[in-house]
Amino acid sequence: MGMELKPRAIPPRGPGMSLIVKEVTRLLEPAIFIFGVYITLTGHLTPGGGFPGGVILACGFILVVLAYGGARAFRRLPPEGASKYDSGGALLFLFIGALGAIFGGGFLYNFLRVYLPGEPFHLKSAGTIPLLNIAIAMKVAASLFLVVMVLTLFKPWSAEGGER
Amino acid sequence: MLTLYIFMFFIIVAALVAVETPHALSAVVSLGAVGFGLSIVCLFIGAPDIAITLVVVEILVLIHMIRVTLKREIPTIMGPFSRLNVIATMLIFGLGVAFFYQVALELPPFGKAVMTMIENSPSIYYLKESLGQTEAASAITAVLLEFRAYDTLGEATVIFTAIIGAVMLLQRRVRRSSERKGEGNGNGA
Repeated sequence: MGMELKPRAIPPRGPGMSLIVKEVTRLLEPAIFIFGVYITLTGHLTPGGGFPGGVILACGFILVVLAYGGARAFRRLPPEGASKYDSGGALLFLFIGALGAIFGGGFLYNFLRVYLPGEPFHLKSAGTIPLLNIAIAMKVAASLFLVVMVLTLFKPWSAEGGER
Repeated sequence: MLTLYIFMFFIIVAALVAVETPHALSAVVSLGAVGFGLSIVCLFIGAPDIAITLVVVEILVLIHMIRVTLKREIPTIMGPFSRLNVIATMLIFGLGVAFFYQVALELPPFGKAVMTMIENSPSIYYLKESLGQTEAASAITAVLLEFRAYDTLGEATVIFTAIIGAVMLLQRRVRRSSERKGEGNGNGA
């Protein structure tokens, strides 16, 4: 994956866990992220899909939070952004469903399969199912991340202050 | 069909009681009766999975609601040791075990798919038709996002509502505790 394994200067002890945990997390973080995206994108071909993929993505973020403390994870995905991803995933799902109602037979109708037919067992197949998988993965990842953040850090991040 | 109507009537009566009763605890218990009646209805119309889920959810919700409604501690019954109580408890427990044993004898053997025992079962239909109708190689995803996409939409809504509730409740609690500390919304760990 092209990550450097050179010894680095020992960072000052900040929030979070020990150096070993931090280094392992640093190495594992991209792998977990890629695995989550893979599970999501190939949900219509292999076992998997939006829910497991989203959970894996959220677990990657939660691992970063556990190892490094909240600040580093918030730099990647601030809670406001997570909230937007959450709502955006739900809206994307509804939007695709409404497009099915407009172009096809009814709400959540798989209209893409008619207009853009793919080949079974290929990545481009099954019409709207991969798109719905992506929407669900966005939603689930942001939701789980937010739930864990709200339950563990237990501090306000609303507009009038909070972590900046 | 008659049993279905009887249980439907029971649900309607329980719902009316839940709306009209002046006591909060009675309302909660009536609401539980509605849920359990609904789960029995689901059992009769051939949806045992939903019935099981409903029972679990109902028990959880009922316990929480009763705990919220009752302000004081639930009194524990302390009294002299009664042999009759022990015998009655063991009798009922034994009856339950016998009942479940009888049910377990009628279960299909381990590893045998129930769907193959029923003619024209929807599972067979999904397995046969999912690839042709949806192009999705994974039958589970095909069911989740094509045949039962409404269910998935409902699940997404449940998650959405849950996170909104958690954020709202916990945020208020945090704000109150930080006001008590008199430091506003400070930034800590």
